[in-house]
Amino acid sequence: MTPFLPPEWLPVIFAGLMALSILFYVVLDGFDLGVGILLPRVHEEADRDRMIAAIGPFWDANETWLVLGVGLLLVAFPSAHGVILTALYLPVAIMLVGLTLRGVAFEFRAKAHDLKTKRRWDHAFVAGSVTAALSQGWMLGHYVLGFAEGWAATAFAAMSAVGLAIAYAFIGAAWLIWRTEGALQRQAIGWARLAIWPLGVGILLVSAVTPLVSPRIFERWFSFPEVFLLAPLPIVTAALLLGVGNLLKHMPFPDDALRRLPFWGAVALFSLFFAGLAWSFFPYVVPERLTIWQSASAPESLSLILAGAIFVLPVILGYTVLAWRIFGGKARDLTYY
Amino acid sequence: MDALILARIQFAANISFHILFPTITIALGWVLLFFKLRFNATGDDKWMDAYRFWVKVFALSFAMGVVSGITMSFQFGTNWPGFMERVGNIAGPLLAYEVLTAFFLEATFLGIMLFGWKRVPGWVHTGATVLVAFGTTMSAFWILVLNSWMHTPQGFEMREGVAHATDWFAIVFNPSMPYRLSHMLMASTLTVAFLLAGISAWRWLRGDRAPSVLAVLRTGIVMAAVGGPIQAFLGDAHGLNTLEHQPAKVAAMEGNWETQGSVPLLLFAIPDEAARENRFEIAIPYGASLILTHSLRGEVPGLNQFRGNHPPVAPVFFGFRIMVGTGLLMIAFGLVGAWFLWRRGALPRIMMWGLVGMTFSGWVATLAGWYVTEIGRQPWLVTGVLTTAQAAGPVPAASIGTTLVMYLVIYVLLLAAYIGTIYRLAARGRIAEAMPGSVMPTPKAVA
Repeated sequence: MTPFLPPEWLPVIFAGLMALSILFYVVLDGFDLGVGILLPRVHEEADRDRMIAAIGPFWDANETWLVLGVGLLLVAFPSAHGVILTALYLPVAIMLVGLTLRGVAFEFRAKAHDLKTKRRWDHAFVAGSVTAALSQGWMLGHYVLGFAEGWAATAFAAMSAVGLAIAYAFIGAAWLIWRTEGALQRQAIGWARLAIWPLGVGILLVSAVTPLVSPRIFERWFSFPEVFLLAPLPIVTAALLLGVGNLLKHMPFPDDALRRLPFWGAVALFSLFFAGLAWSFFPYVVPERLTIWQSASAPESLSLILAGAIFVLPVILGYTVLAWRIFGGKARDLTYY
Repeated sequence: MDALILARIQFAANISFHILFPTITIALGWVLLFFKLRFNATGDDKWMDAYRFWVKVFALSFAMGVVSGITMSFQFGTNWPGFMERVGNIAGPLLAYEVLTAFFLEATFLGIMLFGWKRVPGWVHTGATVLVAFGTTMSAFWILVLNSWMHTPQGFEMREGVAHATDWFAIVFNPSMPYRLSHMLMASTLTVAFLLAGISAWRWLRGDRAPSVLAVLRTGIVMAAVGGPIQAFLGDAHGLNTLEHQPAKVAAMEGNWETQGSVPLLLFAIPDEAARENRFEIAIPYGASLILTHSLRGEVPGLNQFRGNHPPVAPVFFGFRIMVGTGLLMIAFGLVGAWFLWRRGALPRIMMWGLVGMTFSGWVATLAGWYVTEIGRQPWLVTGVLTTAQAAGPVPAASIGTTLVMYLVIYVLLLAAYIGTIYRLAARGRIAEAMPGSVMPTPKAVA
């Protein structure tokens, strides 16, 4: 098969697809994991069931974006995949155990024969969600620092781990504001209010540290005229944080107005932050070591995948929208029939 | 232990745990569709009850398969970075197509299939069931294409030590693919047949005489009786294909140390790799020659032809016997069960107990079979292209060992919970069927 594009463009397209998959994953599984992190705050059994019901039909497909993201890294940038996953060997393993517990606990709790067993799987669900969120944040921290070692790097990774867990809790709460009602919704508004300010601090911290540790990234952001072209990014982020924070102060509104807004605000915040990171690191897939061109697979193979992806990805997005419509609105009880 | 062995054990543990669940979901998806269609056609509640019970088993198995599958997608990189570096141009598109055409399809429509009952029209729900079943089968197709290519690679050329695809048709339809794919799909059919029959027999023995229990039992027996003999035929064809393309594997399966004619079929032996001979042989004269060459005196290649370059003999040899032995037992149960159903319309009690014992027999045969084929490919990871040792990564043994223990603990616990939950569900089967909504207690406002 002959490439139908100039071959040097293929890695760029695949980097874009991979970044998009990871962003989709972080947003989508972010709200699932966030609900898992928040579950221990609720003691009423019916409310706990409702929280789980709010993510029930979605979590599986949400997690598939992780498979696509890491799969694209694997197939499009094989040497980078090897470097990154061997450098992050332990946190990856811990994340996988967390995701495993979270995923199966969901099924097991639904089939538990008594409350005690159900609670045990709830613990596994919470532990799995928290572990997965923390280890993903830890990996993000290490990645941002280019896998540097030493106590400062470890401290940064630890902060990043907590930061991402808070970010997930925030988007999870925002999801619950949209998908639940009554007392549970009011609780969710409270959690979102609590989480949004540390989230802002976390975004600020990562944004400040990245250019400081890498002169190349500093150059990228603070040279002329980039600094003006990029200025909207932090400004919009700050405006969003203030806007959503202010909105949360006044929620809930009569008739449940604007219930979707915190969630889409969170999506916008995640996307902007992610775009900033992408701008900082492009074209490196392993920070400061491997560019996307150095690690890309053969153009023939990439073309073949791209040809399929062009047809299939819109279909995937189409039936994802269908599923969202079918399970739109407030979470009700979740039964198999 | 060195890092290579630990990395192999870890990957083997994960992939062994993983394969248990797709083996169930591939065929169970279609069985659920069958239940649904029977209900649509007859309006008989027993088919709906069967659907309701088994969809829970499906959901649980699916979740187990998803989480262990995600682990696997990471372990390709963590344990075998050399694999993608050397043959990524081939493996990459195949894996990508699996994610794009199968994973999203099954994951998204599973949500609709499980929870969409009251929210979508009946035909949409049936359609979702079709798409989930189709997705699991597509997933099996792509991964078996890749696995078969690793056994019998073709359609590529090596440039600067990296494989480049030259003919995708040849890659996808590589020589062992049709045999391996059909053998695995039938393995899934039989695994599910005995799971259906075993759990139903257990419910029956506990006094649960719901019409759905008997209907499912009958479904399982018929699947076993039809699928068992077909599987024996497919397995034989697969073996002949292996003899043609991977003779060293067949030599290890037969425990045949010297190339010779009139080779006996070993029912039992203890292969001694150091002495390069077998101990305690129990054999049927001419058996192996007859099976492999369809002639009593036919010559069968021996391990002496592949000295220093053949798989470890004992695991392949024993794995093969466990697979065939379990398979023969499954065929016998299927045929005898079908005979009883046909002549008497019921199964004797002793047969019910036998079926309970056979509930997870499909797992045993499937795992044993995979060990034969995968260990039988050693020392190669991709035959003639890349050895397993070459693909290993730089991760220190201590890290692999620690995570291996962690994975093993989780897997043992989850497997116990999985089997326990299925039996609990079976014990509550009647209550659950009478009380839809028991999945989530206390629904206050049902939409």
